[in-house]
Amino acid sequence: MLRDAVISAVIAFGLFGAMIGLKTEVGVQTIELTPRPYLVLAAVLLVFFGRLALLAWKKSRPTGTPKPGRIAAVAGKASRYLTPVVLVLTITLPFYAERYYVDLGVLVLTYVMLGWGLNIVVGLAGLLDLGYVAFYAVGAYSYALIAQNFGLGFWSCLPLAGILAAFWGVLLGFPVLRLRGDYLAIVTLAFGEIIRVVILNWTSLTGGPNGLSGIPRPTLFGLVFNSSGGEGSFADFFGIEPNISQRGIFLFYVILGLALLTNWVSLRLRRLPLGRAWEALREDEIACRALGIDVTVTKLTAFAMGAGFAGFAGAFFATRQAFISPESFTFIESAIVLAIVVLGGLGSQIGVALAAVVMIGGGELFRDFQEYRMLIFGGALVVMMVVRPRGLVSGRTPSVSLGDKRHISADLMTEGHG
Amino acid sequence: MAYALQQLINGLTLGMIYGLIAVGYTMVYGIIGMINFAHGDIFMVGAFLSLISLTVLSGLGITSVPLALALTLVFAAGIAGLYGWTVERVAYRPLRGSFRLAPLISAIGMSIVLQNFVQVSQGARVKPMPEMLPGGIKLLTEDNFAVQLSWMQLAITVVTLLLLVAFTYLVTRTPLGRAMRACEQDQKMAGLLGIDTDRTISITFVIGAALAAVAGLMFLLYYGVIDFYIGFIAGVKAFTAAVLGGIGSLPGAVLGGLAIGLIETFWSAYFSVQYKDVAAFSILVLVLIFMPTGLLGRADVEKV
Repeated sequence: MLRDAVISAVIAFGLFGAMIGLKTEVGVQTIELTPRPYLVLAAVLLVFFGRLALLAWKKSRPTGTPKPGRIAAVAGKASRYLTPVVLVLTITLPFYAERYYVDLGVLVLTYVMLGWGLNIVVGLAGLLDLGYVAFYAVGAYSYALIAQNFGLGFWSCLPLAGILAAFWGVLLGFPVLRLRGDYLAIVTLAFGEIIRVVILNWTSLTGGPNGLSGIPRPTLFGLVFNSSGGEGSFADFFGIEPNISQRGIFLFYVILGLALLTNWVSLRLRRLPLGRAWEALREDEIACRALGIDVTVTKLTAFAMGAGFAGFAGAFFATRQAFISPESFTFIESAIVLAIVVLGGLGSQIGVALAAVVMIGGGELFRDFQEYRMLIFGGALVVMMVVRPRGLVSGRTPSVSLGDKRHISADLMTEGHG
Repeated sequence: MAYALQQLINGLTLGMIYGLIAVGYTMVYGIIGMINFAHGDIFMVGAFLSLISLTVLSGLGITSVPLALALTLVFAAGIAGLYGWTVERVAYRPLRGSFRLAPLISAIGMSIVLQNFVQVSQGARVKPMPEMLPGGIKLLTEDNFAVQLSWMQLAITVVTLLLLVAFTYLVTRTPLGRAMRACEQDQKMAGLLGIDTDRTISITFVIGAALAAVAGLMFLLYYGVIDFYIGFIAGVKAFTAAVLGGIGSLPGAVLGGLAIGLIETFWSAYFSVQYKDVAAFSILVLVLIFMPTGLLGRADVEKV
């Protein structure tokens, strides 16, 4: 055990010795080095004791695998009660929480919605999409451009943004759906990057790196939200004091509604033959073909559905920020959404919501360590995958069953290649 | 004509760098069937290690450029190999045999970790590097445009070719290479026949990372600037190269790398620099649609 830890420490020294120990500083003419021996020592000691602790913990744990499905069964039972509780807590959030938490709630719910949208593609249809943010960007830019050039409001643009994003989903999906697994992942990633690069360079249309600003805010049946009140504002109509937090609360309910719509649609779709075909496709594509399911159409609808919801979320993002730029649509966003879906347990709705709260809300805790935030995020991804590769709520509820619906643990499932 | 020839030289040099990274992708994909997402970031770490090493060596008063470069090459390849080993041990090995999305997510996590680790430890600023091998050979002059083969380009080409020869020898002629090929064909069977598969996979990662680090050193010397973000784009392009050449095929990876390098250079020279990444990615998409096995790859037969 001690030997193992010493070896780890030596390796850590090899890894960190140069990278941490010698910081390169850009000088006037040349590169200068600042030695930082104590930081290296700290890192090496951290690894040494971390390894010792890990080994000790492993030793103390009882051997033998835990009974599969125990956690899943508990989670399945709990989710029946958990879901209404979480829903009520969410709906009433603006009444008991401060403004900061309402804004944070808007952010988390945006990711919940994106997660549920991507869940259709990855969780249900089993298509690995690493370029999901492209459709999010399409939605955001569609709304911003239509609103600015044609003077349409948020509510009329919202369906348009969704339809446009879904259209792009089909357009991009059509040629690549013959690909499977990792190849599909890398092609969707390439598409995401292509869209970002095009947005970045098509300055005359999208404003390039400067982005688009002055995007109109959403209205409630024509009532605007502003801090000054005045004719036609929400505060004026209801005769209350104008307050900027009213808009935040309104946005909160808009995104909550959109997210619940996503959830409802995907839950209903699961019961349709189409939804069953998606899930069958995830389990075994060859068997699907043999049974006469049109694989291309099935995959395309999943792609279009997921893309459409990303478009809705994108339009909402644009209206919330009132400013968008290519900065917001990098690969890292796709990675975060995919991580939420996988962490939530593929296909589990409540799991995705919980994962979004953990990831985005948890990320917010590290706000003060801005520099280390992504480092911790990446590390957390690795650790979560190693500890619970199937996600937080891993398991599936069968779409059809005789009598009582039992929750199936993920440990008992195999997966085909889709 | 002279302009095109110059672009050809530049494109081939760039292609050598991509080819070296692509070899790492293709080996790992061949042996465990996963996209090593962190590979591009290992390349970036290699570039940073080279920068640190070159600065240290010049601080120590070593003025001989070949000696400094040779020492740096060994140092960067060695430490990057250690990085490759650690990444595999920490993020991939525990997930072997797990469901197929898990290693990919873990690889994305590792890529984020490496990127941000370098950002935190070395700073987010772009690091410039003074040119080490100035000058070159003038090949021909036409209409006041001189076609030049710089020493740097020559060095990159020679080192890449030497490494590839050594590497091909390793894979095709040594027991280790035989073990690697056996693992690639059937890991379980290789294990039954007494091959330490874990060790073989580790070594594959180490070699891939070392080659990527050499590519990092070349990138640093060729472009003269690096930052913590170079790994992502270079990684995707190198993966494109690996796919273009036929994933799992070593000569294919180099061929694909050269093709991507040439396409990118000619695209930037004749069309637009801004869209050069779009060109590379579009190639990836087109290849996968129309020629999924790549140039030299084998068709993937699926048994039910």
